[in-house]
Amino acid sequence: MTSASKSPWILHYNASSCNGCDIEILAALTPVYDVERFGIINTGNPAHTDIFLVTGGVNEQNKVVLKNLYDQIPEPKVVVAVGICASSGGVFRDCYNISGGVDTIIPVDVYVPGCSVRPEALIEGIVKALGILEQKRAAMEERK
Amino acid sequence: MNVLLAIIVAIAFVIIAPLLGGLFMGCDRVLTARMQSRVGPPILQPFYDVAKLWHKEKAFNNPVETIFTTAYLVLMVLSGVMFTTGGNILLMVFALALAHTFLILAAYAANAPFSHIGAERELLSVMITEPVLILIAAGFYMISGSFQVIDLFKTDGSGIILLPGIFVALCFVILLRLRKSPYDISTSEHAHQELVKGVTTSFSGRNLAKVEIAHWFEIVILVSLAILFFTHLLVFSAIMIIVCFSLLLIIDNVFPRVTWKMTMKSIWLITLFLGVLNLVLLGIFGVLL
Repeated sequence: MTSASKSPWILHYNASSCNGCDIEILAALTPVYDVERFGIINTGNPAHTDIFLVTGGVNEQNKVVLKNLYDQIPEPKVVVAVGICASSGGVFRDCYNISGGVDTIIPVDVYVPGCSVRPEALIEGIVKALGILEQKRAAMEERK
Repeated sequence: MNVLLAIIVAIAFVIIAPLLGGLFMGCDRVLTARMQSRVGPPILQPFYDVAKLWHKEKAFNNPVETIFTTAYLVLMVLSGVMFTTGGNILLMVFALALAHTFLILAAYAANAPFSHIGAERELLSVMITEPVLILIAAGFYMISGSFQVIDLFKTDGSGIILLPGIFVALCFVILLRLRKSPYDISTSEHAHQELVKGVTTSFSGRNLAKVEIAHWFEIVILVSLAILFFTHLLVFSAIMIIVCFSLLLIIDNVFPRVTWKMTMKSIWLITLFLGVLNLVLLGIFGVLL
């Protein structure tokens, strides 16, 4: 375990989610789940981010924003699709203005389905993301 | 102080200060978490954060950021070295101001609104800090008749007894410089607020790590400035630091952030009233002592 997975800073973006999953993400930061135990901080700033949490099915309005945020995050970075809408579009999949999941716009590493997602599932998803973050960092070191 | 000893002290400072500063930040985060009935991160978390940032991809808004943040770190270290080798306190204060100027330039270099707001507020906090630091230098000069830190240890007068007003002003400035509530105007501890990360918004990777390390140095420099008030009661100063640290954490957790106007008014009033009055009284009655 290197410093990459000991200090994962997250960025949370709501890409037209109903707020259900967003509330669960915030719940994970409260004293009940306290993800700061693992060094996780909600940065709200792409320049400082390691793990990108995206909720919602992504509509026409915010897919540019989503792409922009993704591009601003320095490597190594991991994208987690939080909730069923972010994973596949969910019940909104066939709507005229919904892209149908985050992976239609940016590459996604971890899918955490659920409506809304449970904080325990979310933390499990982030732990998975940490493993991928480690691999990406190792790959980055090798490229050097 | 002979040259060899000065070099050894300087090297020791460069190695030990960031360790102390980082541990201080770690304790801060753990204790703050406990106050909010959370478990909190490991005590070494600030070191993990910096190690991670060091290995991130190099990405910047503007390439000059790297030069400015490096200058910020170097000047901060220089200021600390001047201080610990018993050098000129006035020069140290100016080096500290110059260091912050580079941080502000780095933040202005990025074409980002949050970064600019942070830079403006950092400028304000330098403006608030400087008068107090100059008052400290002036006060120590009145006690020891010299701007050299080393001479302060040779005089009979004790800082805390002769300059209590300036000491209180310094405590407020420490609160401001550590960017703690209610004076966390230029950035926020964790970016849950309207400023995102203020002055550090646009930095990432190594540049952010440098700013973080410079901040650790700054903590040590400010705390050692406070210790200078206890040159004859060094044991007492340890107790004082623990008391001040606990008080700082409680204040940080209890108070919301005030506006920058309120910050300026409150700290300048304290500086003017307690600091200047202290110097005037010392000037009038100092002859009798």
